Amino acid sequence: MTELLVGTKKGLFVLEGEPGEPFEVRARAFAGEPVEYAMRDPATGRLLASMTSPFYGPKVWHTDDASGEWAQAEGMALPEGGDQALERIWVIVAGAGGSLYAGGDPGVLFESRDGGASWELNRALWEHPTRSSWEPGGGGLCLHSIVPWPDDPDRLALGISAAGVWLTEDGGRSWSQGNEGLVARYLPEEQPPEESTSLCVHRLHRAPLRPERMFMQFHGGVYRSDDAGSTWTDIGTGLPSDFGFPLVVDPADPDSAYVVPLSADTDRVTPGGRVVVYETRDAGATWEPRGDGLPQEHAYLTVLRLALDRHGEGSDLELYFGATSGDVFGSADAGASWFSVATHLPPVYSVTAV
Amino acid sequence: MRVRGPLKQMAGNASDHTIPGSTVADLLRELERAHPAVEGWILDERGRIRRHMNVYVNGERSSEATPVAAEDRIDILPAISGG
Repeated sequence: MTELLVGTKKGLFVLEGEPGEPFEVRARAFAGEPVEYAMRDPATGRLLASMTSPFYGPKVWHTDDASGEWAQAEGMALPEGGDQALERIWVIVAGAGGSLYAGGDPGVLFESRDGGASWELNRALWEHPTRSSWEPGGGGLCLHSIVPWPDDPDRLALGISAAGVWLTEDGGRSWSQGNEGLVARYLPEEQPPEESTSLCVHRLHRAPLRPERMFMQFHGGVYRSDDAGSTWTDIGTGLPSDFGFPLVVDPADPDSAYVVPLSADTDRVTPGGRVVVYETRDAGATWEPRGDGLPQEHAYLTVLRLALDRHGEGSDLELYFGATSGDVFGSADAGASWFSVATHLPPVYSVTAV
Repeated sequence: MRVRGPLKQMAGNASDHTIPGSTVADLLRELERAHPAVEGWILDERGRIRRHMNVYVNGERSSEATPVAAEDRIDILPAISGG
């Protein structure tokens, strides 16, 4: 049995089912409200969800029962009296040392040491001297990727759209950029990426068995780093488009990555009306289409950055993704074949497989 | 001051509150002090009324700096509208 936490424009849907068959909606929470992301804390089993009410602002909620009462987390706010307000919480991730991390707009990181009940702003990132030059992407100044290092809570990588990659090796007390090798086609060629903060990272993931290796979906470009995010190599050749948002890896294979290409930044739908996931098993040297069972005609879907996730690994790898059409698809065989998990949901913002 | 919906729940499950203060911002801060669960729901970190929240003083849409007097009636409403 696999559980999917599906954040949508109209609430959180908790789906449950056996891989290969349509899933049941076991619970719905925050009806009518936009839920950006939800996750289950592996340490406690507690559910956490980020919800941004258009009226009351962004909040994080937690519960032990998705159908029951949810409690509002404390501390999820920027310092009072400043000139900025928290706009949205994009993602929540379990760290290596038992902490939880949350990333949000405007490019902010929070940490919780009590299972998500209370949160503290990471001051070093908030007060970084370059912050005044950070520019938002189309979705805001969103900190959407938080990438822990297995068994080392001091090392963390962040992806911020459009402020690039940020790295810490001291538990978040200091941050440095990791952008060398990235090519931003929307910037003048004279501007070296390592000196820029205008870099539109779309998604980051680490290969846990080889943690210095990371994969990135960029705003035009798919990249790999073999030095923990300091430098990046373009591996997008062979894809029908190197534009897209989500990316996952198979934790059992450091050479693996999956992406869902979209036509272009000016046309953010699946190319040619065909929905195809692409897989590499040689660290990006080649890419194979994985579309068996996915819509292959007149299907112009948009898959957002947090709407692709995996469950299990290796021969047991399951993949799941949702689209703004309200469709959710799954694969029980690492992308070789696909099935319909759910249809007619509200626009899907995120999918988390538990 | 009258609050509705989730704000009523946050404010001790009471719709009507009598609060001292000389501006709308004063009243909202005082409401937060009396009911900390309200914090962040009407005013953001900058002290501004959230974009899609409306505050009315005696039926007139108002801002944080709008002066208020004894006996004034304040309504807090989400800006639900058509479109």
